[in-house]
Amino acid sequence: MSQEPWHRRVLEHRAGLFAVLTTITITIGGLVEIVPMYTIPTDPHATEATLYTPLEQAGRDIYVREGCYNCHSQMVRPMRAETVRYGAWTRAWEYQWDRPFQLGSRRIGPDLQRVGGKYPDAWHWEHLRAPRSTSPGSIMPAYGWLAEDEIDPADVAASVRALATLGHPYADTSEAGVGAQLEAQGGEIVKRLASAKIAASPLSEAVALTAYLQRLGLDGRAALETP
Amino acid sequence: MSQPPPNYDDQIVRRFVSVTVIWGFVGMLVGVILALQLAWWPANLGLPYTSFGRLRPLHTNAVIFAFTANALFAGIYYSMQRLLKVRMWSDKLSAVHFWGWQAIIVAAAITLPLGLTQGKEYAELIWPIDLAIAVVWVAFAINFFGTIAIRKVAHLYVAIWFYMSMVITIAVLHIVNSLAMPATLTRSYPVFSGLTDALVQWWYGHNAVGFLLTTPILGLMYYFLPRAAERPVYSYRLSIIHFWALVFLYLWAGPHHLLYSALPDWAQTLGMVFSIVLLAPSWGGMLNGLLTLRGAWDRLRTDPVLKFFVVGITFYGMSTFEGPMMSIRSVNSLSHYTDWTIAHVHQGALGWVGMTMFGMIYWLAPRIWYRPLHSVSLATTHFWLATVGIVLYVVAMWTAGVTQGLMWRGLTPDGLLQYPNFLDTVTGLIPFYWIRVIGGAMYLVGLCLLAYNLWRTATAPAASSQLEAA
Repeated sequence: MSQEPWHRRVLEHRAGLFAVLTTITITIGGLVEIVPMYTIPTDPHATEATLYTPLEQAGRDIYVREGCYNCHSQMVRPMRAETVRYGAWTRAWEYQWDRPFQLGSRRIGPDLQRVGGKYPDAWHWEHLRAPRSTSPGSIMPAYGWLAEDEIDPADVAASVRALATLGHPYADTSEAGVGAQLEAQGGEIVKRLASAKIAASPLSEAVALTAYLQRLGLDGRAALETP
Repeated sequence: MSQPPPNYDDQIVRRFVSVTVIWGFVGMLVGVILALQLAWWPANLGLPYTSFGRLRPLHTNAVIFAFTANALFAGIYYSMQRLLKVRMWSDKLSAVHFWGWQAIIVAAAITLPLGLTQGKEYAELIWPIDLAIAVVWVAFAINFFGTIAIRKVAHLYVAIWFYMSMVITIAVLHIVNSLAMPATLTRSYPVFSGLTDALVQWWYGHNAVGFLLTTPILGLMYYFLPRAAERPVYSYRLSIIHFWALVFLYLWAGPHHLLYSALPDWAQTLGMVFSIVLLAPSWGGMLNGLLTLRGAWDRLRTDPVLKFFVVGITFYGMSTFEGPMMSIRSVNSLSHYTDWTIAHVHQGALGWVGMTMFGMIYWLAPRIWYRPLHSVSLATTHFWLATVGIVLYVVAMWTAGVTQGLMWRGLTPDGLLQYPNFLDTVTGLIPFYWIRVIGGAMYLVGLCLLAYNLWRTATAPAASSQLEAA
């Protein structure tokens, strides 16, 4: 009678059981790899990463908005050719406050993990406005609108509040407090730009993005310089 | 097939086939524009909405979730009704699925150029759209399992297993990877941070490839290839083994996207080892497909459907060999971050997914519009344009990738960089970028021929008697 092979009788005639077994089968790999990220002890050499200021976070949001990760990585690999070109290889703790992560998958342009402090603010301003003025032969699009468009303190405050909910220790998440911090840090960049004869508003998107780029990788560099 | 089947819902299949071609055109056109932007930067036009960084997510999302997904849905709705010998459980849910999915695609096409994004590759869509995806997917899942529940045959054919693995896995991946804290209506921050976020994202990203671009298409292959070739599947036993091995192993391979990162070494090694093992079940599927054609190889000369299937399955074999090789640390140290990766994904997307779906659509067209295909020779022209286009594309990107990888790692005897100016490693690739523009454009022109052919088929006067003769 039962000419049907066992696997048909037991499984392939039973849709519910098949679905349950499939679900279990696909869950194992992810569980084994992801859960230990929360349970294993952290790197004993880890240092606390510096929280992004509201202006740096706003700049980071612009970095994400413009899709910079489509061409730039933020991950120096532990190889001679990489550390000579970019600096110290990246440690896990450096990404502590990165939501979303921005490791990237393609370097159409160079890695940016250690770009902080490598060039003056005015270089970034010019490079964003007209990439070929600082980097002849570059294929990067020109981001002229960043100098004209401005960030909105209320919008940045909303971001800071959402991040605070996720555990980022921001002391002041009020719109007034965030606005004052934006003006203060943006004002310093504006001063440095003015010395290069560039007129900028402290709330311009290019200033915020510059604030973010200029602090990329500083934590790792500082920790590695201290023996 | 001489008469329109009275019981099955073929309208939903016609709809999904039509939008597959329309969105495929949009997604691939954006791809060609992006290729042009890399060869000739002024094509960014100086506008925010057309800059590379905003358009590239539109290209990837359109090809994965608009072109491929709609093609999958077309094939699944056609085949599962016939395999289970029953009409879809709910025509209303079919309609919700169709219109909901198209609304999501339109929303994506508007938001991505506006810079509204979550910044995770292939998961860029903002959180309200993510919620809509979850709702529409659940509607599809209810209809899918409802149809299985009322089926008229006891046995679930292998194609159904592969569809089921997609329905379940994509739901799990999408929900977990999209967990985020909204800040505004258009911005949110993931609940995972840093490398954990990266690991979750590539668990998602790799398995979106696995369970949207691979397993359901294997399922379609198991249904459509034996019908097109008029031969039974080569080995049922092989299909059992490679199904379970594939759905188990795929989910472990994500960390191969993070080799040499600060992700713990054990996780990187697991990702690498499982990626290499994944070669076995992948080739199990490829061999089962190609061997199904035993005794039908002569028909390859005349039948464009089989031509598309054979090239598609061959590209599946090639890219599932290349993928495990690129997951080996020492190979990855050269290939990672270069155009080699771009070559690899386009073998999969243009070669495996695109060619297999084109073959399926050409086979389906006479059977869902109940009249002969307008032009077989036009379909053959499409096949050759697409095949030559892929070869140009892939060879150009391999060359560009290996060239750039070697230039990055080039050191002088003193241990200094041979090419200290990064730009030198970019400008040398421009000629290859132009070849890619040509290859991609050929593929796009081929798609236009498909669109024209389908249009003429669908609008031709009904002639069911001719079809019976054919």
